[in-house]
Amino acid sequence: MSTVALSPPILKQVERPSRFVLFLRYLRRNKGLAFGVLILLGLVAFTVIGLMTVDLKQAYPLSVAAKKPPSWKYPFGTDFFGRNLLAAMVVGMWQTAFIGVFAGGLGTLIGVVLGFISAYFGKWIDGTIRTVCQILTPIPVLLIQVVIAGSLDKRDVTIVTMALIVVLLAWMGPTLVIRSQVLTMKERQFVAVAKLSGVSDLGIIFKEILPCLLPFIAAAFVAQVFSAVFAAFYLAVLGLGPLREPLLGNIIWAAQSQGAFFNGWWWWPIIPSIAMILILGSLALINMGLDELANPRVRRSE
Amino acid sequence: MSLKLVIRRLLFLVLVIWAASTIVFFIPRLSSRNALRERFGELARTGGFSPADLEKIIASMNRQFGLDRPLYEQYWTYLGNILHLDFGYSLYRYPTTVTELIAQSLPWTLGLLLVTTILSFIIGNLLGAVAAWPRAPHWLRAFATPFILLTGVPPVIMGILLLFFIGFRLKWLPLGGAYSVGVVPTWTWTFFFDLMRHQILPGLALILGSVGGWVLSMRGMGVTIQGEDYVNFAEHKGLTGGRIFRDYYLRNAMLPQVTGLALALGTMVTSAIIVEGLFGLPGIGTMLNLAIRANDFPTIYGIVLFITIAVAVLMTIVEFIYPLLDPRVRSS
Repeated sequence: MSTVALSPPILKQVERPSRFVLFLRYLRRNKGLAFGVLILLGLVAFTVIGLMTVDLKQAYPLSVAAKKPPSWKYPFGTDFFGRNLLAAMVVGMWQTAFIGVFAGGLGTLIGVVLGFISAYFGKWIDGTIRTVCQILTPIPVLLIQVVIAGSLDKRDVTIVTMALIVVLLAWMGPTLVIRSQVLTMKERQFVAVAKLSGVSDLGIIFKEILPCLLPFIAAAFVAQVFSAVFAAFYLAVLGLGPLREPLLGNIIWAAQSQGAFFNGWWWWPIIPSIAMILILGSLALINMGLDELANPRVRRSE
Repeated sequence: MSLKLVIRRLLFLVLVIWAASTIVFFIPRLSSRNALRERFGELARTGGFSPADLEKIIASMNRQFGLDRPLYEQYWTYLGNILHLDFGYSLYRYPTTVTELIAQSLPWTLGLLLVTTILSFIIGNLLGAVAAWPRAPHWLRAFATPFILLTGVPPVIMGILLLFFIGFRLKWLPLGGAYSVGVVPTWTWTFFFDLMRHQILPGLALILGSVGGWVLSMRGMGVTIQGEDYVNFAEHKGLTGGRIFRDYYLRNAMLPQVTGLALALGTMVTSAIIVEGLFGLPGIGTMLNLAIRANDFPTIYGIVLFITIAVAVLMTIVEFIYPLLDPRVRSS
């Protein structure tokens, strides 16, 4: 019997490494996630360093010599309207990040709240929320966003209104995901035990169920950021964005309406396109990686 | 499929169309913009008639379009018009109706959309199935990876990259338009080839931009199906690899993908519209682009509503086809 009992120093040895170290080790196994995080960190570094070092006035028209190809002075070149594309990229990246995080965060928050209400309280509330989600889901969201953005006065279209337009029709996905997760959680034994021990509804939601759902919420958030960035980009490409701002989609719209390729100004549409590929690509990789993290069945062990 | 289910699906379709129409009806009325005033204000500036005349014109237009009647009456007429696909007049090309404009441009969009959707669905699903099939040669399985990496790239950006590399740098294919400048559309082979040459890049952009999604979901399906008893059974029966792949593995993995096709239709249509705008093809996308530029609100709303209805109807059709493919759903 004495061999079974572990002395305290040995216990300390088998203690698990910190969560951060575990996450780093997990990144080594989940290459896609690691790669996505790496690109995203690079983009953040580019934006932050750019915001501090580049003259941001050059992101707006008539600030530098027009139509200059990439050179040492203008690494990304300048466009037809006299914008320095490097400055435009820095500002556009920051605005894209703002729309993504703001719209994605708000959409996820609405989704989590509605999903919990729907699944936890059930009955007619659940029926109403579910039916509304199901009716709105088949409608191509972008087109409705086109109607909303098109109906706005051009002066009212700003980065914030863009984000709000995107949120308006983008909470159905997370609502349905969280709802189905809460439904399965509700039947688990630990929730039943908590209920029997007299924990209040709010206590069960916040202390018992919510912590278990964090990976799903994180995955839903990344997916929401992805679709928010995507939607805002499409609206801007159609010319419905705030036209003065150097939002990535706006730059492509402007390049397209000036016939950039026909005139040989190839860098003008190409630079924002590459930026967009990096943003969406990193988010897609992180999204796939988080799916794996949230779904233990396909999760790679050590 | 029981009659009850059919009726429920049709009712759902009606609800979706009603919801979309209502949103498109009320949103513009919440805004402070007045399409007629903007359009005629513009004409007044260029055409030089007085503000008093402008008010008269707007008043008569409001009467003609029924905009002076109470809102519920307008809404009721509007819903009735939607039923026979009447979306009103285009403001920019006034005597032409929006329905006529859509009818003109629809064949272009439909052709591009149909070909690219079918090709991307077939290529993506085959690649995805092969990627998850343990007996497939290694090089063939690795073939799917680059397509998966493309999932994050929107088709419009794919279009810009293709334009840059193939159209601008290599000069192999034209930079845009439906056919070469100065060519008159005729029923000849030379014109047909010219037409096709202009369709390759937009088509490629749409296929490359959407194929990754199919590869990814099919690979996921394939992995789960491999462990199923019927696949093991087929293997122990000594069937050839090709036979198992085709009849046992692919057929079962395809079923959820058909549902996926219905769900992806909306995205496919929106991508096609934006890519069309990029390449300047004379389809619905370019029509929408022009309408947005010209503030032609009735055309914008009409196009949006038409596409929404079309997508909802197509989704319902796919749902009706599903039981024909899956005997289990048919019997239950």
